[in-house]
Amino acid sequence: MTYVLQQLVNAVQLGSIYALIALGYSMVYGVLSMVNFAHGDVFMVGAFIAFFAATLSKLPFLPTLLVSMLGTALLGVTIERTAYRPLRKAPKLSVVITAWGVGLFLENIILALLGPWRRSLPPLLPEKVYEVYGVRISILQLIIIGVSIGLMLILDFIVERTKEGMAMRAISFDRFTVPLMGVPENRIISLTFAIGSALAAAGGTLFSIAYPIIEPVMGMMVGWKAFIAAVMGGIGSIRGAVAGAFLLGLVEISTGAIFPSRLRDLISFVVVWIILMVKPTGLFGVARRQKA
Amino acid sequence: MFKKIAILTLVLACLSTLFTACKPAAPPAPEVPYGGELKVGVNAEITGAIPTVGEACVAGAELARDEINAAGGVEVAGKKYKIVLVVEDNENKPESAAAAAKKLVTEDKVLVHIGANASKNAIPAGGVCNDLECPMISPWSTNPYTTLRRPWVFRVPFIDSFQAGVNAWFGMNEFKATKGAVLFDIGSDACYFQGFFFKKVWEGLGGKIVAFETFTTGDKDFTAQLTKIKEAAPEVLYVPQYYDEVPLIVKQANALGLTRKTGGPTVIIGHDGWESPDLIPLCGEDCDGLFFTTHWALDIAGEKTQAFIKKFRDKVGKDPESTGGLTYDAMYLFVEALKNCGELTGDLAKDRKCIRDGLAAIKSFEGVTGTMTPTSEGDMIKSVQIVQIDVPHKAFKWYRTVEPKDYEAALTEHGLSVEELMK
Repeated sequence: MTYVLQQLVNAVQLGSIYALIALGYSMVYGVLSMVNFAHGDVFMVGAFIAFFAATLSKLPFLPTLLVSMLGTALLGVTIERTAYRPLRKAPKLSVVITAWGVGLFLENIILALLGPWRRSLPPLLPEKVYEVYGVRISILQLIIIGVSIGLMLILDFIVERTKEGMAMRAISFDRFTVPLMGVPENRIISLTFAIGSALAAAGGTLFSIAYPIIEPVMGMMVGWKAFIAAVMGGIGSIRGAVAGAFLLGLVEISTGAIFPSRLRDLISFVVVWIILMVKPTGLFGVARRQKA
Repeated sequence: MFKKIAILTLVLACLSTLFTACKPAAPPAPEVPYGGELKVGVNAEITGAIPTVGEACVAGAELARDEINAAGGVEVAGKKYKIVLVVEDNENKPESAAAAAKKLVTEDKVLVHIGANASKNAIPAGGVCNDLECPMISPWSTNPYTTLRRPWVFRVPFIDSFQAGVNAWFGMNEFKATKGAVLFDIGSDACYFQGFFFKKVWEGLGGKIVAFETFTTGDKDFTAQLTKIKEAAPEVLYVPQYYDEVPLIVKQANALGLTRKTGGPTVIIGHDGWESPDLIPLCGEDCDGLFFTTHWALDIAGEKTQAFIKKFRDKVGKDPESTGGLTYDAMYLFVEALKNCGELTGDLAKDRKCIRDGLAAIKSFEGVTGTMTPTSEGDMIKSVQIVQIDVPHKAFKWYRTVEPKDYEAALTEHGLSVEELMK
């Protein structure tokens, strides 16, 4: 029982980080119907900003998190303005390839500027561990889970209760008619990128506190997994992204716990495949009419 | 005009005699073969990504040469020979390492080829030396393919399979353990083999492997595997991974309360992939007190080693890296081979063969990096240094040396053979 609960705690921690990144994929897909493959690398840049904020400026946890989110939000907006907006009328494939290019650009610029060395974030959070009925849970895990859930609630509020959020949903519903009704399309898209990137940065910061080795290629695998989580939850759906992320965390940890770990990735992605076979649009996805 | 031509001819004639005089014009039946000078080729990574490795290698070779020559040279069959080094830079590139080996063997006509150090360079250089039938000793390469099916190629360090076995022996003896576990990257062949050999030896010595867990290259979350390992409660967990993954694994193990330090049942041990100046900054307090095996430590006890370290510091002005000590040992292995050979004829092919056989015939050689005996494959059964991580002093402190005879004795007791377990 303790064993199962411990693995559950592990799964929730992993899932909450996946969720923060998966949200960005889902939001951008929602408004632009494009997969922003640079998102994993935006996550990596977020981790590096956090690293410099924490080491050079010696900031504590919360300011570090905010600086990283702010810096990365700016990066997200810049990427959209310079790389994606000029291509908005171009074929979908061109935009996807551009997104790949932006991802590689970010990876390589960090590599060129900072070198391939691994760095580690100083311990920003207390490393106290509580033991509840034999299950060990650290303050770190509690904060990671808490901050993630908090950010997701804020996001939910923005999307569901504010005018900007309503505009986002409207554009996501019909990107061609809604701007004709006076909704400032570009501003809303920029805002989407800013929020999505800021969440990725929060994910990056929390990730690099939980797994304190950061490197220029760290975004690749995590980015892929978060993307899979977003698809599994129903890409474009915000609640779906969160559900997909926790489900992926759970699948990964439980297959590792039940089967020999060398089959872990094999089995966990077979599970993803089965879920998508049963529900091709993902858990929360709705079948949409293809536009344009 | 005529005068000018005459002078020019005269000058040219003089010059030509000068040049021919430089060439050793095959002295008829020399008293001492090779004019009393034995050429040793050094193929080192002097430029490229790992210049300090090459620097220490060359310095180690020079130190040995100076010592030998100062003592009057090597005596073979009553004749004294000086040692001459021919150093080639392989730029830390496989193709340059092969080209340098070819040059040393065919143009410089060295008797023995020492180098290359990094396995990626030593593997092609070994191919060249083996094909051209010139004995080669790699001071640093641990990859099995450097010497595999190459009777002319030897090495100074132990190889991974041997190291993994010694780790199993050490873990069992030091911590009075019977239950062992392994966590390794299934995507890396080096890590895979280490995990595999550890299991083989641990079980061979009568222990039980209670968890044999893997992950995939690039994974950062090991909590599922570590929770599983905790459930199996091993006394020793072997992590044959590198310094960039070790901090993540150790920190997560500590957070889960798996390690003895955090009230759990387990001690984590590792191999030489842990050895990096970055390990302590990356891992911090969490890694304090852990053990791993390696080739070299600056505080190895033993007069011979300490004397070498002192001489190296005096000569180079800094501490020797592992290649310094290993190359120094390679030079003396060559001297030992000369003694075993017994006679030099001046016929290069014949003498090279004699030196190769002399290397293979070495029984137990005591170097600055420990005692060693080559196997039939040219790999070393040798001492393994165990170091302990000391975070407050930011150092890897030498803990003990596992002598090959202790390890061998334990294996023999269980009906195992070291050579078999290295394959």
